[in-house]
Amino acid sequence: MSAYNELIKNFEKIRAYMRDFYVYGFKSRAEYSQKSSRSYDDERRRVESWLGEYMHFVRSREGKNMFISIDSRVISHNPLYKAWKTKSFTDRDITLHFMILDILHNPEISLTISEILDYISDYLDSFSEPMCFDESTLRKKLKEYISLGIIVSKKEGRTVYYSRAEFTPVIEDTDALHFFSEVAPCGVIGSYLLDKHSEHKDRIFFKHHYITSALDSQVLYILFNAISQKKSVRANNYIRHTKKTISITIVPLKVFISAQNGRQHILAYDLRTGHINPFRIDYLSGVELLGECPEYDKYKSKLNAMRKYMWGVTYGREDKLQYVEFTIKVEPDEQFIVNRLFREKRNGTVEKIDDSHYRFYTYLYDTNEILPWIRTFICRITKLNFSDRTIENKFKKDIEKMYDMYLSGGGEL
Amino acid sequence: MIFSEVYSAYFNAVAEIITCLINGKTDDKMLLGVVERHAFSDSVLTVLPSLKSQKWQLVRPDMTTPIKHTPTMPLTELQKRWLKAISLDPRVRLFDIDFSHLADVKPLFTPDDYVVYDVYADGDSYYDEQYIKNFRTVLYAIKHNKTLKLDVVNRFGKPAKLIMLPKHLEYSEKDDKFRVISAGHRFGNTLNMARILKCRVCFGDAEYFGEEPEREKKTLTLRITDDRNALERTMLHFAHFEKQAERIDDTHYLLTLTYYANDETELVIRVLSFGPQVQVIAPDSFKNLIAERLIKQKSCGLI
Repeated sequence: MSAYNELIKNFEKIRAYMRDFYVYGFKSRAEYSQKSSRSYDDERRRVESWLGEYMHFVRSREGKNMFISIDSRVISHNPLYKAWKTKSFTDRDITLHFMILDILHNPEISLTISEILDYISDYLDSFSEPMCFDESTLRKKLKEYISLGIIVSKKEGRTVYYSRAEFTPVIEDTDALHFFSEVAPCGVIGSYLLDKHSEHKDRIFFKHHYITSALDSQVLYILFNAISQKKSVRANNYIRHTKKTISITIVPLKVFISAQNGRQHILAYDLRTGHINPFRIDYLSGVELLGECPEYDKYKSKLNAMRKYMWGVTYGREDKLQYVEFTIKVEPDEQFIVNRLFREKRNGTVEKIDDSHYRFYTYLYDTNEILPWIRTFICRITKLNFSDRTIENKFKKDIEKMYDMYLSGGGEL
Repeated sequence: MIFSEVYSAYFNAVAEIITCLINGKTDDKMLLGVVERHAFSDSVLTVLPSLKSQKWQLVRPDMTTPIKHTPTMPLTELQKRWLKAISLDPRVRLFDIDFSHLADVKPLFTPDDYVVYDVYADGDSYYDEQYIKNFRTVLYAIKHNKTLKLDVVNRFGKPAKLIMLPKHLEYSEKDDKFRVISAGHRFGNTLNMARILKCRVCFGDAEYFGEEPEREKKTLTLRITDDRNALERTMLHFAHFEKQAERIDDTHYLLTLTYYANDETELVIRVLSFGPQVQVIAPDSFKNLIAERLIKQKSCGLI
């Protein structure tokens, strides 16, 4: 049995734990321990070590529940990025890393593998039990660094020379690095860059800041690669309804990000069903790039054309569009409500009916997606007209339920 | 790959420790401080002991290092591709950055590869030269603790003048707006950046303004009925608050969150958006805010 180590080899193992601790936080140890209680204890200890100040626990009937609680308006750096900085390594990895980059400290220096080995041997001379590196170990490490882009190789005749990659100026504006590390996709990469600046002071903070997507950075990274290379991918997709994971092969087309709940979807052509569907990125794992998709541009154009009828991420058939209309009452001093209609609508039309009434109407693939927005106008909705009467009736019934909850003393715990 | 040890907290800590040793700084307390700053609470048990025991052969017993130069690492391809991607973001215009050295780099993503589909339509104007100039002036003032003289448009659309000491910026992804949070001025301590017509640094006494006022916090308890996937939707929607959740039974949950008093109206709307799946349990004052809206709704004659 290996001893506990706060570093990890496989990010996927910790991803689900962190999400559960942060998003839910009511699961007990017994629920997590269905697979292995030792694994739960190790992962919890790791997360505590990384995010100690944000980790809390509460005792419930089921036992001790761990949770992460963060006011993302007060913290200016996404703490979940810390998990990405915990990759384990061997004693030889870290020793080689600093020696190679020191020996090749300047892009002008160009050395063969045996010359680098000689230097390393000199560096290790002063240790009582020096490590021993052979050519194959060093070649493997250099190959890894070439793929990362920090070392370059050049062949002259039959000899390969290795050098440090050309100097690229670092971005000195840490405010910009900090800002984009929080708001841009795959922001953890910006956080890696920011780690090199010890002098940075936080001047930008964030409101309505959803940080959970940090845990999906690797998946998102592969999806972006698939999009730019017009390739399909194979992935494991967790199905919420069945609680099962299935293998899917899809052509990723566009990432849809919500600023209002932090969810990220990939809209992709599903090669099995032959339809464009949304897939939750936090439900995907084990994503691998496959070959180029010859029909890529056709699928992308189709998605772009259909965007005008999408309120969220649901995509459907154009001959089954649903009509949605609602009217609201606006007092003379409530111009801000009219402004809300214009700035918050994602498609559709706002029309003034008279001095105190405005109508919004649109066609959508799925009426259900717009309901939460319409509910935000509760207190002023005077008319609804949905082509899907079942949904319209459900909406009205929900309001009646709320009357019962708040106006009739119902719904007590 | 994004998950690599070359970006790890341990590698960063060791790089700084080596820098200290090259500069003759060998004080244990200081080196522990380096580990604490870069890594995690358990890391002190590993990093320095591994160096001192020669497990990692980078520090000799006499606390010197065979490494001759301050450790640096060139930007990785991943970092360059991400930087290239942000160089295509309209908001990058707010910062004065030269990306010409990335001309041959392929971006990790382009604005066409993703969409934030529910961002509000009246976000700030990142192509407006005056807005950019104002943004940079405000950021400069925050950096150097300087006061600002501003010409602004007030919430009634009328021009006004004010002096403030900006403390930090706050960006909302949902609104796509920057706000200036200050130590206080006559319109409160929050000002939308887009309301600034022009501004300049002045030489007022920064001390006069004091510190940014404390924001009043309140607590809200919600009862979630897990119907139509309400539990997941609610927990994700309210994820950015300081919060605690509790299971009552198989389909009901309690969520207690802390919010800022001046965001109360927005929170009322957000709770309403979940319909009957989310019910306010406490406090009564918040319940009454929902009830007031429902009473008004009843008078609309919809049902």
